[in-house]
Amino acid sequence: MPTSLVLNGRRVTLDTPPDVPLLWAIRENAGLMGTKYGCGMALCGACTVHVDGAPTRSCVTPVNSVAGKSVTTIEGASGPVARAVQSAWEKLDVVQCGYCQSGQIMSAIALLEQKPSPTDPDIDAAMSGNICRCATYMRIRAAIHEAAQIRKMSRADQK
Amino acid sequence: MRIKSEKLGVGRRKFLKVAASAATGLVVGFYVPWGARVFAGKTKEPEDDVFAPNAFVKIAPDNTVTIVSKHSEGGQGIYTGLATIVAEELDADWCQIRVEPAPADRDRYKNLQFGSQATGGSNSIANSYDQYRRAGATARAMMVDAAARRWLVASNEITVERGVVKHPLSGRQASFGDLAHDSAAMRIPEQVTLKDPTTFKLIGAPHLPRLDGKEKTRGTAVFAIDFVLSDMVTALVARPPRFGAIVKSFDATAARAVPGVVDVAQISTGVAVVAKSFPAARRGRDVVRIEWDESQAEQRGTPEFLAEYRSLLEQSGAVARRDGDCAQALSRAARALSATFEFPFLAHATMEPLSAVVRLAATQCDIWTGDWGISGVQDDAARITGLKPQQIQIHSLYGGGSFGRRGSGASEAVEIAKAIGGRAPVKLFWTREEDMRGDTYRPMYLHKLTAGLDEQDNLVAWHHRIVGQSLLGSDPDWIKNGVDITSVAGASNIPYDIPNILVDLHSPVLGVPVDQWRSVGNSHTSFAVETFLDDVAYAAGRDPYQLRRALLAKDPRSKPILELPAPDGMRPGLFAKFPRDRKVLELAAEKAGWGTPMPPGQGRGLAVHYSFRSSLAYVAEVTVSSKGALKVDRVVCAADCGVAINPDVIRAQVEGGVGFGLGAILYGAITLKSGKVEQSNFHDYRLLRMNEMPKVEVHIMPSTEPPTGIGESAVPPIGPAVSNAIFAATGKRLRALPLNPVA
Repeated sequence: MPTSLVLNGRRVTLDTPPDVPLLWAIRENAGLMGTKYGCGMALCGACTVHVDGAPTRSCVTPVNSVAGKSVTTIEGASGPVARAVQSAWEKLDVVQCGYCQSGQIMSAIALLEQKPSPTDPDIDAAMSGNICRCATYMRIRAAIHEAAQIRKMSRADQK
Repeated sequence: MRIKSEKLGVGRRKFLKVAASAATGLVVGFYVPWGARVFAGKTKEPEDDVFAPNAFVKIAPDNTVTIVSKHSEGGQGIYTGLATIVAEELDADWCQIRVEPAPADRDRYKNLQFGSQATGGSNSIANSYDQYRRAGATARAMMVDAAARRWLVASNEITVERGVVKHPLSGRQASFGDLAHDSAAMRIPEQVTLKDPTTFKLIGAPHLPRLDGKEKTRGTAVFAIDFVLSDMVTALVARPPRFGAIVKSFDATAARAVPGVVDVAQISTGVAVVAKSFPAARRGRDVVRIEWDESQAEQRGTPEFLAEYRSLLEQSGAVARRDGDCAQALSRAARALSATFEFPFLAHATMEPLSAVVRLAATQCDIWTGDWGISGVQDDAARITGLKPQQIQIHSLYGGGSFGRRGSGASEAVEIAKAIGGRAPVKLFWTREEDMRGDTYRPMYLHKLTAGLDEQDNLVAWHHRIVGQSLLGSDPDWIKNGVDITSVAGASNIPYDIPNILVDLHSPVLGVPVDQWRSVGNSHTSFAVETFLDDVAYAAGRDPYQLRRALLAKDPRSKPILELPAPDGMRPGLFAKFPRDRKVLELAAEKAGWGTPMPPGQGRGLAVHYSFRSSLAYVAEVTVSSKGALKVDRVVCAADCGVAINPDVIRAQVEGGVGFGLGAILYGAITLKSGKVEQSNFHDYRLLRMNEMPKVEVHIMPSTEPPTGIGESAVPPIGPAVSNAIFAATGKRLRALPLNPVA
């Protein structure tokens, strides 16, 4: 049975069985490959997307549970926080293999949307569900702080 | 863009040139001496053709410079590294640099240390350094000649800077793109002068942005798992429950009834279920009924292996190193100490499970993969399909981590494509559970070390015995005197000045598949050597740092070594150039403030290790709570890997190596029960997470020596440094890994 949702700002109808995980609907039906499969059990965070703004593990989220909701993937990440995060990621060259980074970035954006100036414990709490096998954690942490700084500067500019 | 090319009758020239259409501009590559003749471009040569073009640089009229990477990018930064080397000699602007992966062509793109097209052994930069420098310098020389001809000036009056060719006397200048067409008509220089390393601008620059950074941050980087062809089907394989089991019979009725399943076929590794989507393939895979023939399967588990290994640990093995007379020295020693170590099987656990896409047609097989063994994939695909190797086209994609995992896994996808008669392109997909249970693991090892001290507490005897599977099997080119060098690397070549050394090895045969795992033998030998040396220091009342410095006072090559079997090609690199090991140790100790007091509950530990021709020393600082909880707070690293091509990539590799190695010693263990792997996913095979990552400081030793490995070399010292720090904090010595087994 098809499921209708808003995907990256566009209303779409995905023709999949209702219990298919959102991850596979995004990848195979919508053709958006930035969201990754890592574990299939919500253990690694590689599949993180935003559902109505909340970071969500799409590998264990049945597609019909997001009917009518707004889903954002890495391809649709936009707005000042997303831009700050991605720009900090590039500036600090966070990535290595890069496979987990879509999920890391989606978790980081959600964190910064909630807490514009996160502390290290905030970062630990928000990011420990995202595994990076290359262990780029130090740079992820630095990039989150950097993104917070970018946002702070830009808010100051606007005042 | 297709490259139109023509053959050049240039004979045995060292460099090749490709005369190309105006649209593609200049293409230059380095020709390896034993090739016969040169020719050009991407056009396919007849199968008996001996022409061997090796194109590494392409300069287009749009002023882009494309570097062709013969190595696979799995996160180690090799695209950026190879591009930096060419861009340096070319005096290019970093903004104009692009990279594309090389096609499968072992003559042009072989790893000069391996002889086949493959990435591994942390030698990608080392084997390419001279080759890619020459490729860049040649292109530069030809552009200078083209400019000289155009401007009617002498070549030696021309300079090149950040992608601009200039004649300062007349003020004329041209971009690379402007000169691309003319440059292609220039004579290829017989010789080029490479830069003096002290004048490098891009090599060694503190931070050149990674060339794969943007794609991987935007979610647009394509991994094999992401690659899509129209009408493509997805395949999962039902794999044997025990290693070595084979399919006796299977019933696919239920699988075929799953909506979306299009085919079910037996292949050499199990039964493949082919479907229109991943969820359908998985459902189908889960309901295939298979009767397995387990007569040849490994039925034993970790307890049985441990018992066998413990018994071997008490018997003499094949000699991997002999200096002096260790047995006699131990019998005469004033005192001896001994310790045994247990190292479990480890999984690679790359974030991207194995995947590949294969399109098979009558006369061509296309493979999209992140595999690192390109020649191996090509050979396997040719064997499976009956096509000729040159009919196998390999399209390298980013690998979502490798760490030794991405050999030639695409072969299985080729089998499936063949099994369904090439009806549709196939994407092979491994689930996490399959990957965890079907990996080729870092072998399990047991070590026993015995040290003898004389009356003055000098270390006079060192006996190190290792038991564990051989990775290299029985290949006579690699196995010397019954010793697999990969089992003893880091143990048989210890640099310490000890008069009597014996290292011996048992290589029991198990049915568990094993392979290289980031840093290979060094992943366990370093832990045993460096923690046991701390035990010796403690027993002798010596500071662990000062003891190591004293033991590293002499060049290990200066003393007679009676036996040290190793393949000839590895002999020159068995020891670090003296005194690199000692220098990195001193640098790490200095930067970490070695010897300054630590508060109660905290400890500092140190380790130095040489591997992949690089020397690294780490000082780890840990806090152990009163309840025993461990936190690694800080790791100070010193690395000597020759000239630092990209210091920031080296730092990234060391930071990552620390995290990778730390996860392994804290949690990593694959165990078997009655032949079945007990772990299945990240809940029971834990990896390091954000909150457990220490602060890592990296100090790179300045050097103009040729570059050496870093990706693997960064792993070995972290385990022993942390273990030594725990000992310093608590007085407890942990010798069975992992330190915190997952319950």
